[in-house]
Amino acid sequence: MKLRPIAGIALRQLYLMRSSPTRILPMVAWVAIDIVVWGFMSRYLDSVSGGKVNFIGSLLGAVLFWDFFTRVMQGVSMAFLEDVWSRNFINIFATPLLISEYLMGLVSTGITTSLIGLIVMLVLATAVFGLHFLALGAMLVPCLLVLFLFGIALGVLAAAMVMRLGPASEWLAWPIPALLSPFVGVFYPLRTLPPWMRAIGHLLPPSYVFENMRSLVAGHGYSWSELFVSVALAMLDVALAAWAFRAVHRYAVRTGLLARYSAESAG
Amino acid sequence: MPPSPPGAGAPSAMPLRVTNLCKRYGGVVAVDGVSFNVHAGEIVGLLGPNGAGKTTTINMILGVLEPSSGAVAIEGIDLARHRSQALAHTNFAAVYAPLPGNLTVFQNLRFFGLIYDVPRLSARIAALLAEYDLERLAGTRTGLLSSGEQTRLALAKAVLNQPHLLLLDEPTASLDPSAADLIRGRIRAMARERGCGILWTSHNMYEVEETCHRVLFVSHGRILLEGNPKSLPAEHGAATLEELFIRLAREPLAGSTTSDGPTSAPGTVHA
Repeated sequence: MKLRPIAGIALRQLYLMRSSPTRILPMVAWVAIDIVVWGFMSRYLDSVSGGKVNFIGSLLGAVLFWDFFTRVMQGVSMAFLEDVWSRNFINIFATPLLISEYLMGLVSTGITTSLIGLIVMLVLATAVFGLHFLALGAMLVPCLLVLFLFGIALGVLAAAMVMRLGPASEWLAWPIPALLSPFVGVFYPLRTLPPWMRAIGHLLPPSYVFENMRSLVAGHGYSWSELFVSVALAMLDVALAAWAFRAVHRYAVRTGLLARYSAESAG
Repeated sequence: MPPSPPGAGAPSAMPLRVTNLCKRYGGVVAVDGVSFNVHAGEIVGLLGPNGAGKTTTINMILGVLEPSSGAVAIEGIDLARHRSQALAHTNFAAVYAPLPGNLTVFQNLRFFGLIYDVPRLSARIAALLAEYDLERLAGTRTGLLSSGEQTRLALAKAVLNQPHLLLLDEPTASLDPSAADLIRGRIRAMARERGCGILWTSHNMYEVEETCHRVLFVSHGRILLEGNPKSLPAEHGAATLEELFIRLAREPLAGSTTSDGPTSAPGTVHA
């Protein structure tokens, strides 16, 4: 794997962001709105609960984690969709670029865009609502890693889906985080769910992050072994997503889908 | 065979070897046993009516379409087995693959320069901007360029990595005669001075006659005829290349032969 082609993919996104405020705005606007809305909601719940439950920590912290995860996923998907929107598949895939380099380029873009969103959220949540994010301590590292890896996995999977099903399937990619959210227990413990939903939740790495975050905020500590399991699950998901993208790319090359993708759009 | 880095050294004697290439979509045969070579410094015209299999052939050479059977070797490197190394020696420009319109001219060249891992990229881009008269447009978004300007940019991108094999799919289709003439001149110079092998498709027979050393007539996925575009019409009783093209497109030759290949199917001549 070479670094310069990977840098090329990431640089393209930087060029696009620099020249178009409409690409930067969604990265900060939606997360900022989420933090403001849920920040006030948490503050209100704190006041009516008489301080029995730390809503700022558990609710606003959950929103921050979840938004970070969705930004990672969207960062990866958006970088891929740039090639769909600009009918660039032939130009990209008729080069020496390896699939692994292409995916790493998408991931690099996802890192950049999600970090921008994370910084905005942290500043707002800390400065306005007094969220002590760093109080999560060492647990932060595996939590962010899990959300980051799972975001990459879903972003790559969404890219594979759009490549396989065509540009119109883009709308299927955006609701993926919303579809998963009931199962991972962003705002409630997994034990609230019926058994079949709980079983699915245990397969989703972010569920361990939210369970442990709530446990820590409630003063019960956290489980390193559970976080280790979630990191391993997330890594497995990344590997599966990369495999799926590679398989779809092979299918697209074999059937002519890749070559037609551009020609159809151009026509 | 150990691959050499892109743009390194002179092209080998045969930048492209296509052997018995086939592409089938279910029961439809798009390309049917096509074989040909492109030699260093040679401009080969791939001619044929719409739907003949030209673009399918080019897509297979570019690695974006997998052949049903057959092989492509670029600089002696098997494309199926060493895709990345083989494609490092090639590049292309095609009307159906425009460069991203939301990037500027400079950004497009930098983006693709990094993808192709072009050494000394800044200097290379500066040279190409000057050579293709794009300096004043460097900061302009590609989508805002005229057809001629976009073609010049597509060609500048196509030679970024100093390819040993260049694939041009109707590169002058949207150009005025003067601009097309300038582009043809540049492409001829590339072949002559750098020894680059060029595979060119065009529907402009004047252009083909003026530019190509050799032409391959393709119809229904097969190569029907091959030869020198200047002498070929007379050899087959046609007044011009265009007349020969029309005749071949409507009624493929029967029982013809080429200079260096046996006939393997009735009415079909292989290169």
